[in-house]
Amino acid sequence: MNKLSPPASAAGEESALSRRKLLSIGSGSVAGGLVAHPAIAGSLADVPPRAVGDPVGATSERSTFVDLARITEATPGKRNVDPLDAINSKTPLHKLDGTITPSDLHYERSHSGIPALDPKTHRLLVHGMSARSLVLDVGDLRRMPSISRMAFIECSGNGWENWKNDDDTLTVQHTHGLVSTHEWTGVRLSYIAGLVGRDPSSRWMLAEGGDASGMARSIPMTEEILGEAMIAYAQNGEPLRPAHGYPMRLLVPGWEGNLSVKWLRRLRFGDRPFYTRWETSRYTSLMPDGKARQFQLRQEVNSVITSPSGMMEIAPGYNRITGLAWSGHGAISKVEISTDAGRTWQEARLNAPVLPKAQARFQLNWHWDGKPTFITSRATDEKGHVQPTREALIGQMGKNALFHYNGQQIWRVNAEGSVRHALS
Amino acid sequence: MRCREPIIVAGLAALLATPALGQEFGREATLEEIALWDVDARPDGSGLPPGRGSVADGRELYATHCAACHGEKGEGGPNDRLVGGHGSLDSSTPVKTVGSYWPYATTLYDYIHRAMPYFDPGSLTPDETYAVAAYILNMNGIVPDDAELDAAGMAAIEMPNRHGFIPEPEFAPLLPEATKARD
Repeated sequence: MNKLSPPASAAGEESALSRRKLLSIGSGSVAGGLVAHPAIAGSLADVPPRAVGDPVGATSERSTFVDLARITEATPGKRNVDPLDAINSKTPLHKLDGTITPSDLHYERSHSGIPALDPKTHRLLVHGMSARSLVLDVGDLRRMPSISRMAFIECSGNGWENWKNDDDTLTVQHTHGLVSTHEWTGVRLSYIAGLVGRDPSSRWMLAEGGDASGMARSIPMTEEILGEAMIAYAQNGEPLRPAHGYPMRLLVPGWEGNLSVKWLRRLRFGDRPFYTRWETSRYTSLMPDGKARQFQLRQEVNSVITSPSGMMEIAPGYNRITGLAWSGHGAISKVEISTDAGRTWQEARLNAPVLPKAQARFQLNWHWDGKPTFITSRATDEKGHVQPTREALIGQMGKNALFHYNGQQIWRVNAEGSVRHALS
Repeated sequence: MRCREPIIVAGLAALLATPALGQEFGREATLEEIALWDVDARPDGSGLPPGRGSVADGRELYATHCAACHGEKGEGGPNDRLVGGHGSLDSSTPVKTVGSYWPYATTLYDYIHRAMPYFDPGSLTPDETYAVAAYILNMNGIVPDDAELDAAGMAAIEMPNRHGFIPEPEFAPLLPEATKARD
């Protein structure tokens, strides 16, 4: 990576001049997290002398040269809105490396704001079709045997900018910023179910949040979900942050994020779905005939090139293509990349570890010849599911589904090296 | 007491999934406190509380508690539109409202009771909640002007889009016969 000098002034704006300099010196030139500054250390003699730094602190902050933030959104097309009008906040995928999302950048979605729950008074009620009903607190959970696992959570609305209209100002943060990956720690749902003596004929479980909306979802008690779901109290090694469900949340790996109910305060075992607002009028997908798919819960195989991606600039010659792939069916087995508008495909390298229901990082070396083209990625998971083209997805679902978009993302590269969003 | 769980293949997983013998966590919930939180209103009417409310009362309550966000006539405002959209679901601009899209009137009661009014959820009494739900249904032409709704009345309503949903085949084996024997 290029050595960048400290900012000459408070202004951190990237000028056209500095961009050209970066392009001429750097090979990658599209990295997102760095703020470009006007002065470039051309010679080692220009590198500022070493200086004694800040004292050791209780917590560490990001470099002042790094600019990382989520962006708020209301509905498709209503972007960068006032937080009071926002319903979600999207992760800057193009500025992150590896696969683990920093805790403060995990995407956010809430339905009545972020409650400030005191663990001393927060309680989890487990009841319904079970031998007994229990009231648990976070201390109880912490005394139980714990598990940790890597898992992505993805809002079923991820990709919803892609259903209808092309917009060449979109970045990958806009199109795919509603997915993140963390290490989660907590107690297996099956352990809790065992504690209360869940009736095996209970086929659905209601999970309810302690937020103002009492957000509640019916979760099918399949073997897969009972085997994998957990009540989490920690993310990336620290207690859950309030935005992500403090002091406890449900985590249902691989299924639409809304099922991983935050601020969890109640689990009720039942014999059928409860048909809450969220699983009837909200998170259902309209099809062309006006009928809607219901309990379309699994997040299907997906991938996106995060660099180079929308609103980046590249130069002819060597470019490294990188991105993320994930599937609610299991581990990613293969990611292929086309740099010629889908005519030919090359297999990308997957960085280890590639874990089930977690994001995987892929990369491919690319020599861009300077001619306009389209680049795209296509993921395959271990169960053999292949990410569809947008055309195939629309052919099946029409354009009104709103949720569960997993079509191949196309980025257009024009002759000047500008990378822009494209639908076809 | 303990239920029989599906056998988990990995040995460690099986160990973690089985509560340690004699170890106790939390405490038993009392029936009284469960009743405080057990608010789920379901399509068959179970969970709906005693009480009743009229369209006329709902009109006034709606103006006070709902109109600022959803519009005077449910036409929408800062937040969701509640009225209209009939026949639009298969068009290029579907309008999903209580009248055009919601499959169960009981869900309307459940949602108002849980989550509305936005800044003071749970503040409406059961009678008031029935009344507001009745008025929203009335604006959608689903119940008449003189309607008064209670638990049985709410469960008896056949919403226009009642059969507009197709459950995922993956979960069909988990659904009661009554709900999957359609479409």
